[in-house]
Amino acid sequence: MISKTLVAAGLSAIALMAGANAASAQNRIKFDYWYGLTGQLGEVMALHCKRFNDSQTRYEAVCTGQGGYDKAEQNTIAAFRSRQHPTIVQIYDAGTVNFMLSGATYNAVNFVKDFDMKVKWDDFFPGISNYYATSKGEMWSFPYNSSTALLYYNKDHFAKVGQNEPPKTIESWFDTVRKIKAGGHAETGFCFDFDTWMPLEQFSAIHNLPIATRNNGYDGLDAEMTFNKTKFADYMKDWKKLLDEGAAKIQTAQTGKTILQAFADGSCSTMLSSVANHGVMHSTAKQGLNWGVGMLPTYAGTERKNSLVGGASLWVMAGKSKEEYEGAAAFLDFVLSTPEVKWMPTVTGYIPITQSAFKAMDNEGFYGQPDKQGREIAMQSLTFTPPTPISRGIRLGNFTQIRAEIRSELEAAFTGQKDMQVALDEAASRSNGILRRFEQTFRGKQLP
Amino acid sequence: MDRRATFKSSWLAFALIAPQLVLVFIFFYWPAAQSLFWALTLEAPFGGTTQFVGLQNFETVFSDKLYWNSVRVSILFALCSTTLTMAMSLLLASFVDRQLAGYRVYRFVYFWPYAIAAPAVGLAFRFIFAPDAGFVSSINKVFPNLWNPALDGLDAFILIVIANSWKMIAYSFIFFLAGLQAIPRTITEAAAMDGAGVLRRLWDLQLPLLAPTFFFLLVINITESFVDSFGIVDIITGGGPARATDLMVFKIYSDGFKGLDYSMAAAQSIVLMVLVVSLTFVQFRYVEKRVHYA
Repeated sequence: MISKTLVAAGLSAIALMAGANAASAQNRIKFDYWYGLTGQLGEVMALHCKRFNDSQTRYEAVCTGQGGYDKAEQNTIAAFRSRQHPTIVQIYDAGTVNFMLSGATYNAVNFVKDFDMKVKWDDFFPGISNYYATSKGEMWSFPYNSSTALLYYNKDHFAKVGQNEPPKTIESWFDTVRKIKAGGHAETGFCFDFDTWMPLEQFSAIHNLPIATRNNGYDGLDAEMTFNKTKFADYMKDWKKLLDEGAAKIQTAQTGKTILQAFADGSCSTMLSSVANHGVMHSTAKQGLNWGVGMLPTYAGTERKNSLVGGASLWVMAGKSKEEYEGAAAFLDFVLSTPEVKWMPTVTGYIPITQSAFKAMDNEGFYGQPDKQGREIAMQSLTFTPPTPISRGIRLGNFTQIRAEIRSELEAAFTGQKDMQVALDEAASRSNGILRRFEQTFRGKQLP
Repeated sequence: MDRRATFKSSWLAFALIAPQLVLVFIFFYWPAAQSLFWALTLEAPFGGTTQFVGLQNFETVFSDKLYWNSVRVSILFALCSTTLTMAMSLLLASFVDRQLAGYRVYRFVYFWPYAIAAPAVGLAFRFIFAPDAGFVSSINKVFPNLWNPALDGLDAFILIVIANSWKMIAYSFIFFLAGLQAIPRTITEAAAMDGAGVLRRLWDLQLPLLAPTFFFLLVINITESFVDSFGIVDIITGGGPARATDLMVFKIYSDGFKGLDYSMAAAQSIVLMVLVVSLTFVQFRYVEKRVHYA
């Protein structure tokens, strides 16, 4: 009898709560937010939304994963053309140009003023804000999840050839790779894929080498590719040499193991990858794998510059209601507040994007935790020097296709179908074709 | 008396065929017209700045030697994949038709692959044939570097042909089996009594009687391998290595959706459409003449 009453009371309480929740959910002003990240990082995006919604009684973010950065961009464009677009969207670094020229966005600088937001632009690390800013230094989007590239190395393999530090120079790195292979300490000393972000973009930034004229495209749509004539070409030839000697190996999803998987199972001694994978490596490395990270090495005699930020920023789209914008402003203020900026690196490998959050985390001993050691190296790399006009970033039209062209030519060169220099020249000339076509498509428009 | 059914009023006839016409219009003519319009313009991704550029997109497409590479790869792919599919499915259908051991099970399961979505097929084949970790990697232990679709263009091409055929064999199998079973037993039995062996009967009796099915499957297989191979390529090779598997339909996707160059993709779609339509026309004009419908 008692239990029945209890159950009934419990049920009615649940019904009441559900009703109350539904009522408050109905009263809350909803706005759409689309994100691109997938997998474990996608879950973090959804969790970040939930944290916002739990903190709110007025607004509710309706967050939808789009199944990839490129899909998020494609879907937003398609949705915008039929006026079904979200209020906020997460767009990766390479999509910045398209959004700047789209005429479809609400510029972040104006948005912050119009909706009285708390964002302090000068608190962002300059390496991050400069990448996304216009040529005049205005922010059109809000930096969000950010990373940079690092060298991952297997400490045990290195110790066997007498190395206890990550290599500073490319020469000593390759020397170690050769020794590891020659000594049979690992299946391969260095594994790589055809992603251009590490070897081309990051390498060129830290060596202060232009990828294209007009300051990597920041100063105008008439930029032309130059990467085939810089030290990058020598760098790729050195990779090819290592590959031919058998000291390096190509690892892609198609060969059966990605570079991350090959590094995690100990078959490969070094790789270049994003700090965002620092957390992934901790959860996937085989038992007892003794590994560390270092800054990307440079050629001896290089005056090192800052490395590039990677990741994505949040764009506010045009054509939404005032209420939706107020919700969006609350959301952006929330995710960019210091506690939230500090939260992101605890659940991912991403870096804190504001200087105040970084200082607080450093003081609280975040970087001393065993599984976070090495993360601070990403901060050192990103802030090594103030950004130069070259190391600030890359702003080239249709950069996704340019990456694809370079990738295809690198595939041809690394598989021995073409000479490396011939392949790079071809990649540069095809990329110029893409740039000219982009310039023609946006004829009469200026890069802001 | 007129043997055709006639409608007194034409509006009823129109009303009855209208749903079909609307579907054809919405799903074929409208998109095709939109593609043609885009193919003649330069379209910014977000819209708003469309400029008419005449045939410039087609000139760019035709003067690109990598586009011709993709046409060459697509035609080779269609030929290899169609040949393999039809040969294998005919073989399997004949086995089942001859009621070899276990044919009841095979008749049932051979159709399954067609029900699997192309990306799932792609994923499965990528794992099975991965040179480092896959099931087939054991062959590399015996003959090092014999099989590596990640780095060898020919291997990659063979892999997508096998994957596409594996999926299409299921579909062709059902049609061949139905065709074979529709042939009156008396004919094959009479031939057998006259001393014709299995191969002789297949070649002289069953194949000629299967001609309509054969022709139908030829058209379907060629068209499918041109327009429907995208999912498999995307997952297994991504068009690589070094564009060895960059089929026309995949290039349209990567230029249009990854590159956000809708105009270039539209121009290529028009070319692909013209190619498939003319191939089908050739087949109906010349091959069908040799087909006798019962």
